[in-house]
Amino acid sequence: MADVISYREAVAEGIAREMRRDPAVVCLGEDIGEAGGVFKTTAGLLKEFGPERVWDTPISEQAIVGAAMGAAMTGMRPVAEIMFSDFLACCWDYLANEIPKVRYMTGGQVTVPLVVRTANGGGLGFGAQHSQATENWALTVPGLKIAAPATPADVIGMMAAAIRSDDPVVFFEHKGLLASKGAPAPPGHVVELGRAAVVREGADVTLVALASMVPLALKAADVLAGEGIGVEVVDLRCLVPLDVSTVLASLDRTSRLVTVEENPYQGGWGATLVSVVADEGFALLDAPVRRVAGECVPLPFADVLEEQVIPTVDKVVAAVRSLAAY
Amino acid sequence: MVDRDELLTLYEQMAVIRRTEKAAHDLFLSGLVKGTTHLAAGHEAIAVGTSAALRPDDYVFATYRGHHHAMARGATPEECLAELMSRATGLCKAKGGSMHLTKADAFMLGSYAIVGAHLPMAVGAAWSARLRGTQQLAVAFFGDGATNIGAFHEALNLAAVWKLPVLFVCENNLYMEYTPIADVTAVARPAADRAPSYGIPGEVVDGNDVVAVRDAVAALARRARAGDGPALLEAETYRHFGHSRADPATYRPAEEVERWLKHDPLDLARGRLVELGVPEETVTAADERARDVVQKAVQAAKAAPPADPGEALTDVWADGGAAWRT
Ligand SMILES: Cc1ncc(C[n+]2csc(CCOP(=O)(O)OP(=O)(O)O)c2C)c(N)n1
Repeated sequence: MADVISYREAVAEGIAREMRRDPAVVCLGEDIGEAGGVFKTTAGLLKEFGPERVWDTPISEQAIVGAAMGAAMTGMRPVAEIMFSDFLACCWDYLANEIPKVRYMTGGQVTVPLVVRTANGGGLGFGAQHSQATENWALTVPGLKIAAPATPADVIGMMAAAIRSDDPVVFFEHKGLLASKGAPAPPGHVVELGRAAVVREGADVTLVALASMVPLALKAADVLAGEGIGVEVVDLRCLVPLDVSTVLASLDRTSRLVTVEENPYQGGWGATLVSVVADEGFALLDAPVRRVAGECVPLPFADVLEEQVIPTVDKVVAAVRSLAAY
Repeated sequence: MVDRDELLTLYEQMAVIRRTEKAAHDLFLSGLVKGTTHLAAGHEAIAVGTSAALRPDDYVFATYRGHHHAMARGATPEECLAELMSRATGLCKAKGGSMHLTKADAFMLGSYAIVGAHLPMAVGAAWSARLRGTQQLAVAFFGDGATNIGAFHEALNLAAVWKLPVLFVCENNLYMEYTPIADVTAVARPAADRAPSYGIPGEVVDGNDVVAVRDAVAALARRARAGDGPALLEAETYRHFGHSRADPATYRPAEEVERWLKHDPLDLARGRLVELGVPEETVTAADERARDVVQKAVQAAKAAPPADPGEALTDVWADGGAAWRT
């Protein structure tokens, strides 16, 4: 085993491992076969598994996700790719109305075990229609599980859990992390959905982050350590199921909470997390909570503009400092 | 060709459906059915004729106007009426309602209330059948109005390029909700005329003639099972009631209504039975059996316990629960 693997390679590796163990796993999406995906996150799958398990589709987001749904209802475990998460809007009916409701409205008769994978988030200068962090869209829908890994090993472990899940999972792969490298995942690596990870310990402030915001939070923690502020960083990993207990346990140690969200502040996942904390962990807090989140504007193109509107290390450092001094 | 016994069975099935629809209407008017109903009285021959040509394990996907499809695939009038009346014994434990009748153990995989959404699902079910090496077909029933929505076109194209065993069956009843389909569609035959652009057969059939429907579906099903890909059948029909609830359908010209009511699928079948030499009394006996079945179903549904409030928080996830957090 190589000593490092990229996040990008981890996606294909994670899918391949599941395809090897379960013949019901099949992939479909635009350019995922011969081309290996526009982000090369499905490279090698067609070669190993052949065209009966790796299907190139037309540009038909509704048909991709709708067909994945029909296949999932009838015995397969499809993994559908929606190229950029912004395009989820083109098949939003399936994610908002069809896939998550079928089990409930049939009184438990039909389950939909599928994964919709998609490249999420900014940082690559793709402009407003190819850069949004859209995991909040899914968060508003009862019946979807939401995974958003931050490291290559988590990509593999969470992909395994997502594909094996009997419930539908939307799997957000962050574009800004694709080139990042990390420790490989051991054979059989599975990361249960709904288990957050404390990725750095600290006694003063808890930073809760997701996907690309995790390395950003870790950088901020380094800076703050130099100032004598101990930051605990929690990688949430999933929005549904939401690991509230790990967050509350961390607050029990630090008594201060900052969320770091790439998505716009308005309606962001941090708001849900913070409201749960206010409900159930108010007594643990010694200071107000802070949310560092995107501005409510479409993502601009230029780096200098993007920096204005999504969280940066400096913004996180400033928020933590103000709380530490509270 | 149809033999007398078979036609008598088809007639009786249609009679049961017709009477169940009438009962649903009466129960709605008397306040025992909440929400709305979209009755299919007038469309019976399409459901019954299609089912007669299918294997029991072929998949069926229907719309919110789907009582007839659920019953043609084996749901009992009692289960359906109990569902409409919010009873615990309803087909979907009263979580689905009139628009979402589903009978998964009979491969009737649901009724969908977002126009056109289920067409890609049927494509996916057919894809899955092919991947699993079964000879199952998938049938999607939909209205003429659905032919102008994107999912229809995406589904047809994907089914055609992947040569999947899907039958798209359009119930053309001339109206969407209140607007004539002809006023908003660029071609004369909203379904069949579109088939050539996807390189698939598009046939038109008298949707009120149960034998004609059965034969048309049987031919297209043979073709699909032989690996020749999907087909589209446009079945011309008419709804006896308005679009939904107590819509009196005053927007329809009187002579048009009269012409179609004279072309009733039950009358047609009855006439043909008599032509085949079946005594009037035999047909009347079938009618009486249908009446009894439906009367008993109404009584049983009325007597059934109301929906169990505890069911509100089950069946979101595959473990049966609804918890979104740890
Ligand atoms: C996407 C969507 N748009 C609009 C509606 C509202 N709506 C419900 S039924 C209907 C008419 C559909 O007509 P048709 O497809 O011909 O089916 P029919 O009711 O005649 O069986 C409309 C517009 C809907 N349910 N879904």
